[in-house]
Amino acid sequence: MFVKFLNAAVFAGTPLLFGTTGEMMNEKAGHLNLGVEGMMAMGACAGFMAGYFYDSILIALLAAFLAGMLGALIYALLTITFMANQNVTGLTLSIFGVGISNFAGEFMLVNSASNTLKLPEQITAQISNINIPGLTTVPVLGPLFFQYNIFVYLAVLIAVTCGIYYNNTKTGLNVRAIGENPGAADAAGIKVTKLKYINVLAGGGICGLGGAYCSMIINGGVWMNNPVNGQGWIAVALVIFASWKPYRAIFGSFIFGAFNILKYYFPKTIITLPNALYDMLPFVITALVLVMTSIRKSKENQQPASCGVNYYREER
Amino acid sequence: MNKKGHVPFIRIVKISERSGKDTLKIRIAAFISALAAGGLFILFLGYNPIELYGTIISGAFRSKMAFQATIRFMIPLLMSSLGVAMAFKMRFWNIGAEGQIIVGAVCASYFALFHDTWPHFLLLLVMFAAGALGGGLWGLIPAYFKSKYDTNETLFTLMLNYIALHIITYLRDGPWKDPGSSGFPKIARFAPNAQLDKILGVHFGWIIALILVFIVFIYLRYTKHGYEISVVGESKSTAKYAGMDVRKIILRTMAISGGICGITGMIQAAGSDMTLASSVAGGVGFTAIIVSWLAYLNPFGILLVSFLFSVLEKGSSVMQSAYGLSTYFASVLQGIILFFILGCEFFIRYKFVVSRKGGR
Repeated sequence: MFVKFLNAAVFAGTPLLFGTTGEMMNEKAGHLNLGVEGMMAMGACAGFMAGYFYDSILIALLAAFLAGMLGALIYALLTITFMANQNVTGLTLSIFGVGISNFAGEFMLVNSASNTLKLPEQITAQISNINIPGLTTVPVLGPLFFQYNIFVYLAVLIAVTCGIYYNNTKTGLNVRAIGENPGAADAAGIKVTKLKYINVLAGGGICGLGGAYCSMIINGGVWMNNPVNGQGWIAVALVIFASWKPYRAIFGSFIFGAFNILKYYFPKTIITLPNALYDMLPFVITALVLVMTSIRKSKENQQPASCGVNYYREER
Repeated sequence: MNKKGHVPFIRIVKISERSGKDTLKIRIAAFISALAAGGLFILFLGYNPIELYGTIISGAFRSKMAFQATIRFMIPLLMSSLGVAMAFKMRFWNIGAEGQIIVGAVCASYFALFHDTWPHFLLLLVMFAAGALGGGLWGLIPAYFKSKYDTNETLFTLMLNYIALHIITYLRDGPWKDPGSSGFPKIARFAPNAQLDKILGVHFGWIIALILVFIVFIYLRYTKHGYEISVVGESKSTAKYAGMDVRKIILRTMAISGGICGITGMIQAAGSDMTLASSVAGGVGFTAIIVSWLAYLNPFGILLVSFLFSVLEKGSSVMQSAYGLSTYFASVLQGIILFFILGCEFFIRYKFVVSRKGGR
């Protein structure tokens, strides 16, 4: 029972992990991108449709990544080059992304032969849970580590790569410097604009992958409107919860995944709480974390200092 | 490209001042480009853009009923846009209009559901006050933490939206569940006594909204409070240096901003939904941010933009029945318009300079 609960938590946390890692990449470069929901929605639609037509997980993932990146490109162009307000641009991207994803989804649905869109067989097999002979059958450890679909491993892999990138590589440290003080980074000879673009675009692509998980896995391979359904906003919250640390994002996502499914697993014999309270929990906890970190003013667990402020090099 | 490393090929240069006429020209050009971009998108899908835009406009105006529906879309959008504009003027990123609308609606609904025998006028007045109070308090929470601990208000107001949303689902599934409804849990319909009266076929929220446009305009433009808001928005240190109580200004403004959104919730519940639905805000709080930004936080501009957006919303639903295209087209086009306007702001303040061979 407990192993099942952990399994479900991992499955529920995976789209959050993609979104959180993606958003973290944006914020590390000094850009608070509130468009996660939109980029995930764009990835969800593009990934699903590519999977539907080409019946290949690779093409689906590529399409989802590119779609998320396209959303991020709009954001990057407006905030990095045109120095538009980050909050407003991000919010608009969310509204636009969700809009275009549902619009395109409905368009395909209406124009489909049977009025349903279901992923074909080959890709369904590719995204079903893996089975490694000899490992999956090991008691407890098998189901705990070797029984997920490809997305789960990809999400963890990306998050770990991200952790190494920001903690152990020169480029990653440069990006963090930009996030803290772009003027100083620029003076030190770091290519601010280029690195900002790279991180924002890559982050958007990763969000797109998370969207593909929502549309392809959660709804059982059938297209439904609004596949992302607010997960992108939780991801924005999770970045705070993980205090801008990629490794913590992994555990944070799975903890939030556990919150999401807690209502199905919590023993009803102890206490029966209304479902709404369980659904509220992640947001209450994030709000508390937000308040606590600001009260404690700990330098370690703060948002990158320049986050939300655009950089214009002639105005240092 | 230039060989001297330190002179970039393209530079961004600040323009000292553009005339008002030029600024307007650029903005109109951006708006038209946005419509053209939307048109290209339609063309790409295999439809005639001019015909489709025509359907949207005629769909919003074709009959008295259609026009009334357009106005009903506009009331909550206009009011909440006015609410968030006040906070934005102070550079306080209140993206919690959604939650403030909901809490206002919840507080007002309490009286509509459990005190519906009160005299009609008194009941509506109490609901109005409850809505304002609820929304105001919900707005005060992030303002308090922002002014005291500098807690990030963007993220905090965002979280409060979802907490508010689940308050409704909690009430709907539990204490306020309509015992008369079978199947789907929902909250009972308000008694006619607790519903807003209609004036010219639309609930009188439209009059409140119009009055509010003038009040907010005067408040921001001609009062001491309004002046303080813009000073805090420009620079908190300047405000402090001038002896203003920044903390008080933030709290007061957010209470008003949230209060206006709370009234929006009351009007939407008692005038349009006739019950407390979880969709009482339904994304209006987010669209309001686009509206107020497109209107450059000017109340009369907000009136115009929210009307345009409502035409778009209503027209899109007609477009759906005529062409089978999703109503989400409205949010796509709204997004495109704001993207273009955000982009054009750059060309008002800056220009690109291409370096010639050999540097400047």
